[in-house]
Amino acid sequence: MYHAIVFLPLVGFLIAGLFGRFIGARPSELITTGLMMVAALLSWVAFISVGFGSGATRVQVANWFTSGELVIDWAFRIDTLTAVMLVVVNSVSALVHLYSMGYMHEDPHRPRFFAYLSLFTFAMLMLVTSDNLVQMFFGWEGVGLASYLLIGFWYEKPSANAAAMKAFIVNRVGDFGFALGIFLVFVLFGTTTYSEIFAKIGEVKDAHFHFIGFEWHALTLACLLLFMGAMGKSAQFLLHTWLPDAMEGPTPVSALIHAATMVTAGVFMVARLSPLFDAAPAALTVVTIIGAITAFFAATVGLVQNDIKRVIAYSTCSQLGYMFVALGVGAYGAAVFHLFTHAFFKALLFLGAGSVIHAMHHEQDMRNMGGLRKYIPFTWAMMLVGTLALTGFPFTAGYFSKDAIIEAAFMSDRPGHAIAFVSTLVAAFMTSFYSWRLAFMTFEQTARWGAGHGHDAHGDAAHGDAGHGHAAHADTHAHDEHAAHGHDDHHGHGHDHKPHESPLVMLVPLGVLAFGAIFAGMIFAGSFVGHHAADFWKGALAESQYAVFEAMHHAPKWVVWSPFVAMVLGWALAWVMYIRKPYLPGELAASQPIAYRFLLNKWYFDELYDFLFVRPAKRLGYFLWKRGDGTVIDGMGPDGISARVVDVTRGVVRLQTGYVYHYAFVMLIGVAALVSWYLIVGAGAH
Amino acid sequence: MSSFGILAGLLALPLVGAAFVLTLSGTDSEVKSNARWGALITTIITFLLSLYAWAKFDPNTAAFQLTETHGWLAETIRFKLTVDGFSMPFILLTTFLMPFCILASWEVIGKRVKAYYVAFLILETTMIGVFAAGDLVLFYLFFEAGLIPMFLIIGIWGGKRRIYASFKFFLYTLVGSVLMLLAIMAMYWHAGTTDIQALLQHRFPASMQTWLWLAFFASLAVKMPMWPVHTWLPDAHVEAPTAGSVILAGILLKMGGYGFIRFSLPMFPDASLYFQPLVYALSVIAIIYTSLVALVQEDIKKLIAYSSVAHMGFVTMGLFSLTPQGVQGAMFQMVSHGLVAGALFLCVGVVYDRMHTREIAAYGGLVKRMPKYAVLLMVFTMANVGLPGTAGFVGEFLTMMGAFRSNPWVAFFAAFGVILSAAYALWLYARVVYGKLEKPALRDIADLDRREFAMLGVLALLVIYYGVLPGAILDVFAPPTEALLKSVASTMSTVKTAAAGAF
Repeated sequence: MYHAIVFLPLVGFLIAGLFGRFIGARPSELITTGLMMVAALLSWVAFISVGFGSGATRVQVANWFTSGELVIDWAFRIDTLTAVMLVVVNSVSALVHLYSMGYMHEDPHRPRFFAYLSLFTFAMLMLVTSDNLVQMFFGWEGVGLASYLLIGFWYEKPSANAAAMKAFIVNRVGDFGFALGIFLVFVLFGTTTYSEIFAKIGEVKDAHFHFIGFEWHALTLACLLLFMGAMGKSAQFLLHTWLPDAMEGPTPVSALIHAATMVTAGVFMVARLSPLFDAAPAALTVVTIIGAITAFFAATVGLVQNDIKRVIAYSTCSQLGYMFVALGVGAYGAAVFHLFTHAFFKALLFLGAGSVIHAMHHEQDMRNMGGLRKYIPFTWAMMLVGTLALTGFPFTAGYFSKDAIIEAAFMSDRPGHAIAFVSTLVAAFMTSFYSWRLAFMTFEQTARWGAGHGHDAHGDAAHGDAGHGHAAHADTHAHDEHAAHGHDDHHGHGHDHKPHESPLVMLVPLGVLAFGAIFAGMIFAGSFVGHHAADFWKGALAESQYAVFEAMHHAPKWVVWSPFVAMVLGWALAWVMYIRKPYLPGELAASQPIAYRFLLNKWYFDELYDFLFVRPAKRLGYFLWKRGDGTVIDGMGPDGISARVVDVTRGVVRLQTGYVYHYAFVMLIGVAALVSWYLIVGAGAH
Repeated sequence: MSSFGILAGLLALPLVGAAFVLTLSGTDSEVKSNARWGALITTIITFLLSLYAWAKFDPNTAAFQLTETHGWLAETIRFKLTVDGFSMPFILLTTFLMPFCILASWEVIGKRVKAYYVAFLILETTMIGVFAAGDLVLFYLFFEAGLIPMFLIIGIWGGKRRIYASFKFFLYTLVGSVLMLLAIMAMYWHAGTTDIQALLQHRFPASMQTWLWLAFFASLAVKMPMWPVHTWLPDAHVEAPTAGSVILAGILLKMGGYGFIRFSLPMFPDASLYFQPLVYALSVIAIIYTSLVALVQEDIKKLIAYSSVAHMGFVTMGLFSLTPQGVQGAMFQMVSHGLVAGALFLCVGVVYDRMHTREIAAYGGLVKRMPKYAVLLMVFTMANVGLPGTAGFVGEFLTMMGAFRSNPWVAFFAAFGVILSAAYALWLYARVVYGKLEKPALRDIADLDRREFAMLGVLALLVIYYGVLPGAILDVFAPPTEALLKSVASTMSTVKTAAAGAF
């Protein structure tokens, strides 16, 4: 069964990828989607049988490579954590496949698109089922490749290409740490297989390791290096810059890869290695702090973005921060729980946003939307469910998982938990604000997509003076009118159509996800973080988490209520600013230009990195090429000599008029000369 | 005097083919057709014979096999052919890549067709000879003789600056070789034999090892090429015809690494340990320096050439880490790089044949007209980047793992190469393949024809196959690696005691 779960998407990829052009678009879609559906159903079977039944198994597929003591297998490690991830990945992937049949129906390259989606799913499954760090690295880079291909799916757009490359390269920066982490783990443990690592933690607990000039606690160093990989993949603070740009990809891709699955790989990695991190408390503190900063930072940027997808992207970034906070304070199960629920409601929000974009003929700027509720009521209802779940409205999925994290942050006794508590609470307020801002700007307010004239709408927009999210590098007010229209390359229609509800094939996935967004928390809270947690996880996560879960149940009343208050305040503020007094945001932005621009430009990280890394690398490369290779090495060495030789032989070269016998003769003479040389030398030796 | 065996057959077959091509006569088109068919059939038969050799070869032992000796210059310098786990895969790589070279030249070689194929066939003999030689002098003979056909291939069938490039290539490699020749003579005088197996048992005094090591290093580092003697490579690649580049990157560079593992490491172990920091430093510089230079190249071939230098940096780093992972990884890296770089140069050749330019700026949006090409180039680009699941990953990962065990600093710096390789390779891909197809000259560019598709398709399958199941090659290196490290370890313990005494 596990073979089927993992390899069915690969089969789909191969069929659609290799034969898509022969069998046509529709069969490609049906085959890949059908195979994904089967894999998703099997995943649920696996989830129930592992989570509520027998427990872990290991499935050996083949040996990958062996060198000395290093033995790397292709193998599946099936335990509760894997089963949860299987369900998340395959369910969302199957729904996104289905949804894409509607969303992409005008695109001429559908077989390629579905092939990439299936390839991504396969790589992600290899990641979550991995039995050792190297296989995880395979999946890790594999999803990176699929993400690269899908972000750059519309390859004619320069912005999409740039975003795709950025995603891959920034992830490689994280992988730099990941790879070194694997090496260190191997040096310490003599293996990269999880079960063998965990068994040996006691032996190397106090080992030290000398690395880049410092004496480190070995496990802390290993965890920090591995965590660097997690930061890249999960778009954490400092390595987050690729995620918002990744929104250049088609929206179903954003839902699948950049919300529900791939970006949570970092969370999965830390959870998978939780026994290791548990033995490295200093590393966990770093995880907490990075998570807390990300949760806060991304939420602040999300407050002012105008592109509907970018708001959700920053929200994802922020929610990932929550998950890392949970991991950092030792509540591993809470992190995975939030990962689980987040997959439903964030995929729902993205697919809902896709439905809005579809309805608006590929318009993504919220300043050109408004009043859509009565045109696309079903989408509106679904987005509402997603928003409620994201903001943690009581008894929705987010309510259980997010509040668990905030309580865990408060009750934990690990260093950094207080900062984490404050920042997640503030972020909860901001989450509520930007989520409702999105809902109000899109579905309420007055319609700003007037017949035939997208341009006129700007004057009425609440944010008429605001810079545009896309124009990251040229964000001046003068550009706004043009920039706002720079991104909708792919709309085949004008703005003169009325927004229309999406086809059924797109709405069904929304409905299914909405069901999950409402009930996933209620049904599974007891198992993931409640009283049945020990029976559910069965040793898949570090044992220390149960103490944190226990403490969470004794959190003070004000802590339990605080996220709810933050949510209500956020809603209220959004309501005042976007419904009651819609002129307020503009005034506020005008009165605080520096703060506004700072947030709008994402704290200027792109500019900073460009200045610090990208341009110096190119300048240095150019310098080394022209000066290093050219002037120094060639100038001192061969050019000086060869210039003379070329002079001398210029005459000889004229002889090269092409009698092959000449060359054969020259070769013969050369060989003869060498042989006679040896004869002399050989004779001389005796 | 034993009869001729398989290895001698491998050496002789291409020469027979060359003789046949030389005797061709008739109209130009007849000669062209017969020459290339003759060359193709010859190389294919040679490949099949090497497969037969492979079948007879026992990969589970470190011993030399398929040995045959014939009288030659002297009783102590014999014409001895033999292979072990280090050399067998390279013979296969050579015979495997040759038909691709012939096919890559199929249409584009229009002048002096006979001479071209003769040169390639002679080149094949010399390359097989390098890897099959069981005698140091014989090795040197083939090692040097290979220069001549390559010099002609670049100098006659190359691009605009071919004369400059061919002389640069020749001078660089020859200067290094002269020093190696001196070292070989010294070794002969000291050991009284040039038989490689005998030399492996011989212990040279430590002071002598240092000089011998440096002399070999001068030659092998140029071949590799290592920084800072790498500048001949980009020029040679740019000017060489496609098939020449394939051989250059696929086989000739590997002779440097092969020399290290055959001579420097086992015969001069003390010196190898002594110079380990030097090799590390040069390797790391090569990886970072040439990756940065690759980033800003404007010529596709030059970019790939620089990336080859960076990849060879991983090889030297792995070899001198003297760990099983490092050595095996380095050997694997050489094989996989032979496939990947060879394929990349074939890919460049495909567009060069159509557009007659290698300027990156002249391309863009090729995927629109050339979807098959785009897919295959993506596979090779990812292999070049070292994506897990392609052959490029295994070598890179293992060499870094080995380096990390030996010296974490080295792995730390080498890992920057992983980031930079992604940057230059993807940027190249994006500029050539993605984007809008706007250049008028590209409007009618044709996708791969059957010949090109078959060549690149086979290579792509192999690159993925050896990425998923590298065992077929990797495991062959295991027994000789183990034997090598055991013999080095015995000297290492004496060196360590000496070092402990010194401090």
